[in-house]
Amino acid sequence: MISQNLLIVLAAAPLVGALIAGLGRKQVGRAGAAAIAILSVAISFALSCVVFWQLVWGGAPVFNHDVYTWLEVGKLSIGIGFLVDRLTALMLVTVTFVSLMVHVYTIGYMRDDPGFQRFFAYIALFTFSMLMLVLANNFLQLFIGWELVGLVSYLLIGFWFERPSASFAALKAFIVNRVGDFGFILGIAAVLYAFHTLDYSAVFAQAPDLAGRTIEIVGGHPWSLATLICLLLFVGACGKSAQVPLHVWLPDSMEGPTPISALIHAATMVTAGIFMVARMSPLYEMSTTALSVVLIVGATTAFFMGLIGIVQNDIKRVIAYSTLSQLGYMVVALGVSAYAAGIFHLMTHAFFKALLFLGAGSVIVAMHHEQDMRYMGGLRKRMPITWITMWIGSLALVATPGFSGFYSKDQIIEAVGESQIFGATYAYWCVLLGVFVTALYSFRLLYMTFHGKERFKVEHGHDDHAHHQPGVLAHAPRESPWVITVPLVLLAIPSVIIGWFTIEPLLYGGWFGESIKVLPGHDVLAKMAEEFHGPAAMFLHSFTSAPFWIAVAGFAVATWVYLFNPGLADRAARTFLPVFKMLTRKYWVDEVYYNLFARGGVKLGRAFWKGGDAGLIDGAMVNGSASLVERSSRVLRRLQTGFLYHYAFVMIVGLILLLGGLWYWGLR
Amino acid sequence: MITLNDLLVMVPELYLTAAACFVLLFDVFINDDQRDATHWVAIIVMLVGIFLVVHGQPDTTATAFGGMFVRDRMAEILKVTVLIATILMYVMARPWLRDRQLFMGEFYSLSMFSVLGVMLLVSAGNLITVYLGLELFALPAYALVALNRESKLSSEAAIKFFVLGSLASGLILFGMSLIYGATGTLDLHGIFAAAGTTTHPHLLQFGLVFLVVGIGFEFGAVPFHMWLPDVYEGAPTPIAMYISAVPKLAAVGLAYRLLEVGMGPFADDWRIMLAIMAALSLVVGNVVAIAQKNLKRMLAYSTISHMGFVFLGLANPTPEGYSAALFYAVCFALMETVAFGVILALARKGFECEMIDDLKGLNRRSPWFAGMMAIAMFSLAGIPPLWGFIAKVLVLKAAIDGGMLWLAIVAIICSIIGLFYYLRVIWVMYFEQPAEGVEPLQAKPDLALRGLLSINALGLVAMIFFSGPLLAWCRAAFGG
Repeated sequence: MISQNLLIVLAAAPLVGALIAGLGRKQVGRAGAAAIAILSVAISFALSCVVFWQLVWGGAPVFNHDVYTWLEVGKLSIGIGFLVDRLTALMLVTVTFVSLMVHVYTIGYMRDDPGFQRFFAYIALFTFSMLMLVLANNFLQLFIGWELVGLVSYLLIGFWFERPSASFAALKAFIVNRVGDFGFILGIAAVLYAFHTLDYSAVFAQAPDLAGRTIEIVGGHPWSLATLICLLLFVGACGKSAQVPLHVWLPDSMEGPTPISALIHAATMVTAGIFMVARMSPLYEMSTTALSVVLIVGATTAFFMGLIGIVQNDIKRVIAYSTLSQLGYMVVALGVSAYAAGIFHLMTHAFFKALLFLGAGSVIVAMHHEQDMRYMGGLRKRMPITWITMWIGSLALVATPGFSGFYSKDQIIEAVGESQIFGATYAYWCVLLGVFVTALYSFRLLYMTFHGKERFKVEHGHDDHAHHQPGVLAHAPRESPWVITVPLVLLAIPSVIIGWFTIEPLLYGGWFGESIKVLPGHDVLAKMAEEFHGPAAMFLHSFTSAPFWIAVAGFAVATWVYLFNPGLADRAARTFLPVFKMLTRKYWVDEVYYNLFARGGVKLGRAFWKGGDAGLIDGAMVNGSASLVERSSRVLRRLQTGFLYHYAFVMIVGLILLLGGLWYWGLR
Repeated sequence: MITLNDLLVMVPELYLTAAACFVLLFDVFINDDQRDATHWVAIIVMLVGIFLVVHGQPDTTATAFGGMFVRDRMAEILKVTVLIATILMYVMARPWLRDRQLFMGEFYSLSMFSVLGVMLLVSAGNLITVYLGLELFALPAYALVALNRESKLSSEAAIKFFVLGSLASGLILFGMSLIYGATGTLDLHGIFAAAGTTTHPHLLQFGLVFLVVGIGFEFGAVPFHMWLPDVYEGAPTPIAMYISAVPKLAAVGLAYRLLEVGMGPFADDWRIMLAIMAALSLVVGNVVAIAQKNLKRMLAYSTISHMGFVFLGLANPTPEGYSAALFYAVCFALMETVAFGVILALARKGFECEMIDDLKGLNRRSPWFAGMMAIAMFSLAGIPPLWGFIAKVLVLKAAIDGGMLWLAIVAIICSIIGLFYYLRVIWVMYFEQPAEGVEPLQAKPDLALRGLLSINALGLVAMIFFSGPLLAWCRAAFGG
């Protein structure tokens, strides 16, 4: 039995930590703030492990209770409560572990930043928000967590708000997420409309009744209610998990400090959409149309966003596009009803992507906040730990047999191959070719950063703060301090081994139990289970499978171009200039959005402001009624003469009027 | 015959009677410089009072002295809130009183007797008890308003309060006599039973009007509100805080006992009267508040408008409506204590901090106090998601469910008008420069004051998350 108090402490500890670190600036100091934030997250991590242990080995039943009733409106009662099943427990452990690593890492990364304490307050608050999202047992609480993580993400992208690019990126992330959240809350409203409750268990119990129910939004065109709900919820997932076409904010979010990129924009928050869809599996199973949409969107993101990663020069942006692509893989898994595979990839990805980001951060620190890979190279000897751990992370990312990413990604590709729903063929080619792309950009990153010739100069006495000159450093890069390298090593371990141990129970052992529901007709994992003979067999089998050789091809091309023939890439870029341009301009999506929505929105607003607001509403209605109120206010206050007999007189008049009214209208 | 059970039911009231007498005597035997002892004793007395009210509360309604006294959940909620508000007043008042040489024992014993009156009133099961409680509450309150004998304004306010209060009390007594004449009983349940079958409905209806006028006076509803701004302005600030919070809670109890328990069969008559008073209060309170320059007077008109909102709930005679009104009154009392608490914290010797302009640039001088005032103002204005908003939603819903859509619309329009003066306070605090020659804030207000005020203000914020349990408690009080 999982104790409710334990869960409350688990969720509330980071909140308390955030409040103390943030509000008690003077009282606790810099070191105190860091210590309290880390301690609070460590408590959460420890308790998450306890919960995980109790559920998996301790035989504890699923916990689903309201802690208290938050509000009641009519027949709708909304509680604040927890739903803890194995899906939740897995998320809890992953989130708190990565968060703890990032907290420790932050000490080193943000050491000289004046916003040190603010940063700790924010990330502890983020951990709290994410836990609330994961622990929710109803849609509204989910939405609260959902919005809270969005808020903290906004605050952290704009952490260096004095930089125009950072505040722009923060605003962009917020606005794009608003589009997604608008769909999401409409989806929640549709759930409320369909089921008259927002409680998960009640909704999921009634989910089969959705079959055949329709809703007429435009008269005469009945829509399937299940499809409507799922698509609206998926719009929210698209925003938070940065899927096409709402992906534009994620690359820009790299303006935030690197620990944030690792924690929020790679490992945890952006996976909220994946988690949400997996949690809603009973609903998604009711609509094949919605699943097809999910599949196609995910496949498009997986392939086409990966392509952009090849042409990026900013080390963090390469990883950002890689994140987009990997999120696409997870969404693809959801689309073919292999929810468990999606969550499995979510978990492995959390480890190795956090590792890659933190490794990139380590490089950035060593390079004095230079992020352009064209000015790096040859760092392998100067920072060996970072180099090795980055290799491990990249090998996991490209699905090298034996590494964790191999087990999760390979299963997704296979699941898509097994699926029969609309769009599966397209998706299969996308994810398959995506493997090549992944290998290409991953090894390109490694080669450009760690191998080859050093492309930076070291000039002692050069003040790199005064006027920044690309590629000129004041000190030679050196390995980062232990607070940075220890999290790298600790994240590298699960990046290698976690897949081996967890694939069998997670995917084929019915491990998730009741928390994920798949209709028999959609159950691709069940089909695959017949061919699955353990992680070792899968390892051996991989050398004869297509994805492996595609990845090898990517590796070979990257090695050929970036290690042995520097300069070839530039020639290729000139030869295929239109393609290259399309990729560097990111398919012109940003341009379309800026010109169509941003400019158009401003123009529309201006038109309404000038015409409607300033003229009609302000002039006639607002100012008119305001002056009416003001005049009556001056008249009415004269009634308060200050004379006692006037007061008594008014009372008596009131009495007489009431009596008279009664006499005239009310006597029985 | 008095049984032990009768006494047990009344334990909190009996205890408070004894404690108030004890404090009165205790204060006589100490020196003026030992007055702090009285202060702490009074606070302990109140804390023990809360304990007795909550701890001894039976699960079902209990009566004593043949139905004269009723102890139920509604009375429990009201008593606890009144006692909490009184403790807040004690703690927040001490520095203010001491600066003005008003730190006297009378303050404590008078307020305790007044609180005792409120406790009796909300537990009344009989017209006699109602009247007894009403007078026991009011008489010490008149004296409290006049606590500052040197001040003309204070004495004037007390006289106005006293004369008009007596008038209201006379009217209510007259109404009671008419009702007694028509039904032949003073027991509220008896009146209810007799009212259903009476052969003199006109007499009862006329009596009802007088009762409604008395209730309107206690609430400070238009047109029986005239005393309220003058008393707020003239009374010493801590007393104004008391008058703004405690009598309103008492009035909810009074209205429920008289109108629902006693005159329930005439609900169709009195809910119309309440609705009219609600609409008038909303309009007059919100509109006139805009013209005020004095912060306390502005809060007085704001109170009038809020009483309109409480009537919105009462005008729907169902458990939902009553619980919404009760919820609103509790919420309102605890918001007022914050607003007045900030005034008390900022005031110092020779500076009352009474004018809105006195708050100019407060954020520069003391961001924490400005923040608490902002919380109080936003909450009073009903900005989501603060507590005041939740309370407003509940009463509006009650009014709409009760078929009074027009009243809800009036209330919404008026609360938009009301936004103006709440936001002006915030504007003044955050966006204006301190006036020339205004002294900086006193170094550090009293620690207990700061601490409790902060808890109170943060409590308002916390209620965003815990309004559900309070609402459930209020619902349970009316069997809903």
